[in-house]
Amino acid sequence: MLKIENLHVTVDGKEILKGLDLEIAPGEVHAIMGPNGSGKSTLSYVLSGRDGYEVTSGSVTYQGQDLLEMEPEERAADGVFLAFQYPVELPGVSGTTFLKSALNAIRKHKGEPELDAMQFLKLVRAKTKSLNITDDMLRRGVNVGFSGGEKKRNEVLQMAVLEPALAILDETDSGLDIDALKIVADGVNALRGPDRSMLVITHYQRLLNYIVPDHVHVLAHGRIARSGGKELAQELEQKGYAEFGINEAA
Amino acid sequence: MQAMASDIYQAQFEAVKAELPGADLAWLNGLREAGLRQVADLGLPTPKVEAWRYTNLNALRKIDFHPAPALANGVDATGLPTLVAAERQPLRLAFVNGRFRADLSSLDGLPAGVTLAPLADRIGAVEGRLGGLMDENASPLVGLNTAMTGDGVVLEIAPNVAVARPIELVFVGGLSDDAVAWHPRNLILAGENCEATVVEQHVGLGGGQYFANSVTELVAEPGARLRHYRLQDEGISGFHVNTLLAHIARSAVLDNFVLSLGGQLSRNEIHVRLDGPGAEVRLNGAYAMTGRQHCDTTTFIDHASPNTSSSEVYKGVLDEKARAVFQGKIAVRPHAQKTDGHQLSRALLLSPTCEIDTKPELEIYADDVKCSHGATAGELEDDALFYLRSRGVPAAEARNMLVTAFLEEIIDEIADEPIREAFRGRVEGWLADRVTGEAA
Repeated sequence: MLKIENLHVTVDGKEILKGLDLEIAPGEVHAIMGPNGSGKSTLSYVLSGRDGYEVTSGSVTYQGQDLLEMEPEERAADGVFLAFQYPVELPGVSGTTFLKSALNAIRKHKGEPELDAMQFLKLVRAKTKSLNITDDMLRRGVNVGFSGGEKKRNEVLQMAVLEPALAILDETDSGLDIDALKIVADGVNALRGPDRSMLVITHYQRLLNYIVPDHVHVLAHGRIARSGGKELAQELEQKGYAEFGINEAA
Repeated sequence: MQAMASDIYQAQFEAVKAELPGADLAWLNGLREAGLRQVADLGLPTPKVEAWRYTNLNALRKIDFHPAPALANGVDATGLPTLVAAERQPLRLAFVNGRFRADLSSLDGLPAGVTLAPLADRIGAVEGRLGGLMDENASPLVGLNTAMTGDGVVLEIAPNVAVARPIELVFVGGLSDDAVAWHPRNLILAGENCEATVVEQHVGLGGGQYFANSVTELVAEPGARLRHYRLQDEGISGFHVNTLLAHIARSAVLDNFVLSLGGQLSRNEIHVRLDGPGAEVRLNGAYAMTGRQHCDTTTFIDHASPNTSSSEVYKGVLDEKARAVFQGKIAVRPHAQKTDGHQLSRALLLSPTCEIDTKPELEIYADDVKCSHGATAGELEDDALFYLRSRGVPAAEARNMLVTAFLEEIIDEIADEPIREAFRGRVEGWLADRVTGEAA
């Protein structure tokens, strides 16, 4: 599904990722844990194609393609999805318009017929209920006036509608209380399947109690410092990142 | 050059004056002569005149415009662009080259209490009202219009009449081969507590060069409620100067919206005097310009009475080498306490070569008022663009969605829903053309 080899990335001339290796097979859920500043968000943005992240060496292969050569919309159309840590507000673009444009762009790319308003509504309605997303939220500007929890639920709704092959969840737990976290985690878990891989990026182990990963990696100083099973997350929770030479207070 | 300009206007006036409506009316001839003197003495405004600092009429001055001849063809009733659906049974007056065209108009079943007719037919009945709102602030272009006007609209609504059918005014240009000019003069007289919706469209159908210099005088008597929507969709070789002079009496409301898309050079100039307690004006507008188009919005709001309110928001999108101007002045007279006056200009710049010049002015002589102004100019936000693209929306479509969203907010201010949808459709058309242009 995804193979990252020796990835080096600089932002504003400063090297953030320093030789990161990671391989994710179809259907696997990988968690990347790391303290602030370890390069977690940089990794998510590089994978989704945001400007301003310069890859100085290394490669990223996604479903046999050179991911780094693709435009963000091509990546999305081919199944890469980033759930944003800070979802962007789009005043004047309704949730419905946003989702419908995205879904139809992706369908068009795949050579599938575009959905009309009725077909689209039916599809969305089937997904909004379990995520507790109201029609009013879809009518309003995307994320405008949404609470932190509503924004994250909205990200999961987009993921449910767009059905990506590789979902990257960037700090999806940040700013959520326990109830909101459960709703979001349930939404994510419902999307787990043999053909869908996930990369869950988080600072805290808490989220991984709800979205249980197959593999856990510790990101420190721009590379994977340690990999293991889900128990590694618990170990980190108890010992903290100090073991990796990182003083969190710094 | 000024002397030459005065000679040109003098000669043009002499050549046509016998054919102008009301040529035998002394009061009108007096007005026309005064208007002619104004433009002859001052010439067309130059950037040395403060009110025209950012809009240079040199391109207009270089063209030898002739008074437009009447055109009996060029467009038929089925080809006439309209903003009001037939089922709303609009009352319609249509003009081509500034002249009334009965075959394109529809005045059947004019409701009781409504006078709606071409100015040329009503010229004998508008003494004291035509020219009634001109003052020392009037530009030489208003003077030129007064001297040369051949036709226009007279709309009079009797007190307490609510006109359900929208009143649509269509001005068509661009159909003459040589460079022609016309000067429509409209009078809107809204009686006490009346209600009406006026939809104006200025549209270029051919590629011809023209100069449409319109003046509308609007009086809203106490309690009148007017919705006044205008689409400026002139041809790309068209020059469009539109001056609205309005007096709003006690408790009357003028809700004005102007959407500007066309024209090589356009100026939307609005002067409003709020004349009695409770008088209210809302001036909103949107513009979308590309190529080398120039679009000027100049407003002057005179809070001449206590307890009056004004709000104005103009939002525009500029691409390529387009240029926009926003000049807005709010004046509050010494006794006009409890004035509420708010003004905002926002521009979205899509290219590094477009330009907006903004000049907000507050002139406040009362001390118990709430007034504000603001202006922003910016590019599309990278975050928003990336968010859309990360969901699969191609870059060009994502940009258009954000531009639409930017304009949507102000289009939403149009209270009449079908008109709002019609205007929205025109904006979408503009964006679609832009994408096609990019692909080409």
